[in-house]
Amino acid sequence: MSQKVTRRQFLNYSLMGVGSFMAAGMILPMGRMALDPLFQEDAEGDMVTTSVTIDEITEEPMQVDFTFEQEDAWYTSEVTDFAWVFRDGDEIIAFSPVCKHLGCTVTWAADDNNPERFFCPCHNGLYEKNGNNVPGTPPTGPLDQFEVGESDGYLTIGQVVPNQLV
Amino acid sequence: MFNRIYDWIDDRMDITPIWRDVADHEVPEHVNPAYHFSAFVYCFGGLTFFIVLIQILSGMFLTMYYVPDIVNAWNSVYYLQHDVAAGLIVRGMHHWGASLVVVMMFLHTLRVFFTGAYKAPRELNWVVGVLLFATILGLAFTGYLLPWDMKALFATRVGLDIAGSVPFIGDWIQTLLAGDDTIIGAQTLTRFFAIHVFFLPAALFILMAVHFIMIRRQGIAGPL
Repeated sequence: MSQKVTRRQFLNYSLMGVGSFMAAGMILPMGRMALDPLFQEDAEGDMVTTSVTIDEITEEPMQVDFTFEQEDAWYTSEVTDFAWVFRDGDEIIAFSPVCKHLGCTVTWAADDNNPERFFCPCHNGLYEKNGNNVPGTPPTGPLDQFEVGESDGYLTIGQVVPNQLV
Repeated sequence: MFNRIYDWIDDRMDITPIWRDVADHEVPEHVNPAYHFSAFVYCFGGLTFFIVLIQILSGMFLTMYYVPDIVNAWNSVYYLQHDVAAGLIVRGMHHWGASLVVVMMFLHTLRVFFTGAYKAPRELNWVVGVLLFATILGLAFTGYLLPWDMKALFATRVGLDIAGSVPFIGDWIQTLLAGDDTIIGAQTLTRFFAIHVFFLPAALFILMAVHFIMIRRQGIAGPL
C-alpha cells in the first residue's frame, strides 16, 4: 500500500524538522555550558607537605594546618585547611574536621562531658576517636580521612577519602 | 490635558478594554476589609505581590553596584551600603523584604488552606502556588550567598549539603548548583547570581502571570 504524502504534510514536516534543528542549535550549547561542572575532570591533588614531623605526632589528636594552591576555575589562591592527626598503633590517622551532619568544623575534646570524642558545636554532633559517629547525635556517617604520607620526616596530606577505620 | 493625551492614545490603540480587564472587577463583600475587618486575611496574596514588586525594583538598583566576583562582591556590597547615598535604604528594603515576602507568602498559603480556597475548580492554582513557593524559596536561598560574607558562605555550605543528600542524584545537583564538586567559590557565586537575577525571576514572572490569570478566570472563592 503506497502512502501519499500531501504537499501540506511535506511542508509541515520540513518546517518542523528545520525548526527542531534550529531550536536544538540554540539549546544544546546552552545546556552543555550549564552542565559543564559535571564533566570537569577531578583535579588530581598532590600530597601537601605540612610543617609537622612524624615524630611529633602522638596518640592525642592534634590540629595540623596545611596550605595548598587551590584552582577555582579562573581564580587561583593559597588555601589553608587543617586535619586532626594522631597515631593509632603504627599508623598515622588524619581526619577531616568537616562534620558529616551539615559541614561545620569538629574539634577534639571540645565538650567537657565527652573528653575522648570529636565534638561539633553546631548541633552537638559527636564522633568516637576512630571517627565513628556516636548514635543519637545528628551526624549520619563517620568522619572522612585524608590520605597521609611522609616526606623527609614530615607529614604529608593528600585527598579526602571515606573513613577506613570504621 | 491628560484626558486629551489619553484619548489620543486610546483612539489609536484601544487601551481602555485592556486596563478594564486588569483593574475593573468585582470585589466580593466577604473579602473586603471595609465590610468585615477580619477579611484582611484575604489581602495576604496581594501584599505578597506588593513585596515581590519591591524586591524586583530594589534588586534592579542593587545590581548597579554589585559584582558577583569573589574578590569584589563583599566590597561592592560594603560600598553600596556605606558610601552610596540611600544605598543603606535600598539594601535594607531588599534584605528585610526578602524575609517578609516568605512570611507573607506563608500567611497567604495558610489563608488559602484554611478557607478551603484550593478546592475544585481551583486545584491547579494551588499547584502553581506551590511552584511559586519553591521559586521564592530558591530566590531566598540564592540571594543569601551574594553578599559573600561568612554567614552567606556557611549557610550556602549547609544548603548545598542538604541538596547533596537527595537520593541518587544529590551529588549531581550539588555540583550543578556549586559549579564545582568541592569548592564553594568563584563559580558558585556567579551561578547563584545568574540563578537569582535571571533564571528564577523569569520563572517567577511566568508563574505569577498564570496565578493571576487563573484567579481572574475562576473568580475569588466564596465565603466560608
